Amino acid sequence: MKTDELVALLAKDAGPVAPNAVARRFGTALGWGVSGTALLMMIMLGVRADIADAMLLPAFWMKLAFPASVAIAAYLAGTRLARPGMRLGRVPGALSALVATIWLIAVVALLNAEPFERKHLVFGDTWLFCLFSIPALSIPVFAAAIWAMKGLAPTRLALAGGAGGLLAGAVSATVYALHCPETGAPFLAVWYVLGMAIPAFAGAASGPRLLRW
Amino acid sequence: MSIDEDRLKLRELLVRGNAGDGAAYHAFLKALSAHLRAFFRKRLIRMPDEVEDLVQETLLAVHNHRHTYDPGLPLSAWVHAIARYKLADMLRVRLGRDALNDPLDDETDIMASSDTEAMDARRDIAKLLEHLPERQRLPIQYVKLDGLSVVETSQLTGMSESAVKVGVHRGLKALAAKVRGEK
Repeated sequence: MKTDELVALLAKDAGPVAPNAVARRFGTALGWGVSGTALLMMIMLGVRADIADAMLLPAFWMKLAFPASVAIAAYLAGTRLARPGMRLGRVPGALSALVATIWLIAVVALLNAEPFERKHLVFGDTWLFCLFSIPALSIPVFAAAIWAMKGLAPTRLALAGGAGGLLAGAVSATVYALHCPETGAPFLAVWYVLGMAIPAFAGAASGPRLLRW
Repeated sequence: MSIDEDRLKLRELLVRGNAGDGAAYHAFLKALSAHLRAFFRKRLIRMPDEVEDLVQETLLAVHNHRHTYDPGLPLSAWVHAIARYKLADMLRVRLGRDALNDPLDDETDIMASSDTEAMDARRDIAKLLEHLPERQRLPIQYVKLDGLSVVETSQLTGMSESAVKVGVHRGLKALAAKVRGEK
C-alpha cells in the first residue's frame, strides 16, 4: 500500500475525537484502581479500631497528607508522560521537596527524642508489615495505571511506568494509613517512602516492555 | 509560506480534524507524511529502505493516538516526540540496542523540511490488513477502502453500527501492532 493510500484510508470517516482523553482515561483507571485497593484493604486489614481518637491527632493527618501529596505529584507526572512532547516541568522538583520535607521532619523528631526512643521511632512495631502491605495493596492501582498509560502515548517508557507505579504506591500508602497504627514521622520517612518506591521501581523496570506501542 | 505559518496551518488542520472535519484531517496527514519523510530520511542515511515503512508506521501511530494531542501545546513538540519514539523503537529492534544518540536534535526541526517524493514501502500494509480477524477487516475494507457508510456496512455485514465503528478502531490498533511485528 502506498503512503498516500494509507493517508486516505486513515482520514476516511475518521470522525471526531473526544476531548480531554488523558484526564478521562486516568479518571476511569483511578476509579477502578482506588476502589480495588480500598476493598482489598477493608477485607484484608480493616481500618484501625481507634480511628476516631487518632483523627484528633496531627500525626494522623500528616500520615495521610504525605502519601496523598505524593499521589498528586505522581498523577501530574503520569498524565504529562502519557502525552508525547509534554515536559515534566516542576513535578520532579515538587516530588523531591515532599520527600525532603518528611525527612527533615523526621530528623528533627529524632534529634528531639531521647536516644533510647530513637530506634522505636524509626522501626515502630510494624515496619515489616508496612513494607509488605503498601506494595501489595498497590496492585489494583498499578494495573489500572498501566492500563491508562497503554491507551495513551508515553514516549519515555521507563519514566512513564515509574510514574504509574509511584501513583499506585502513593495511593496504596494513603489507604494503608487508615489502618497503620504508627505515629512517628521517622517511620513515614523510611517505610512509607520505601513502600511507595517498590511499585515505582517495578513500574520503571516493566514500563519498556508493558507500554511499547 | 514561512515555516511558522506552515506550522500554524498544520496545527489548525489537526484541531479541525480532531473536531470531525475529514478534509482537514486528510490534508493534515498528507502534509505530515512529507515532514516525516524528510525527518526520517535525514536520520536514516544508511538505511534508506526503512524510510517509507517508518513514515507509514508513524502515520498509523499518529492516527491511533491523535486523542493525546492537546490543542494548547505546540504541534511540533507532539509530532517530534512521536517520530523520535518510532525512530528509536525501530533502531532498537533492528540493531538490538538503544542506538539513537542524538542529543542535539532540535525539536522544532521536524516542521522545517518536507519531502513529497514517496518511495515504495517494503512492508505492504494491505497484506497485513488481510490477516486481521473478519470483525475488524470487513469494517476497514468497507468503510475505509470502499467508502461505504457505517450504516451500509452494518447492513452488508449484519454487524451493529457500533460494532462496525469499534471494528475500525480496534482493527487499526491491531494493524499497528502487526506493523510493529507483534502477534
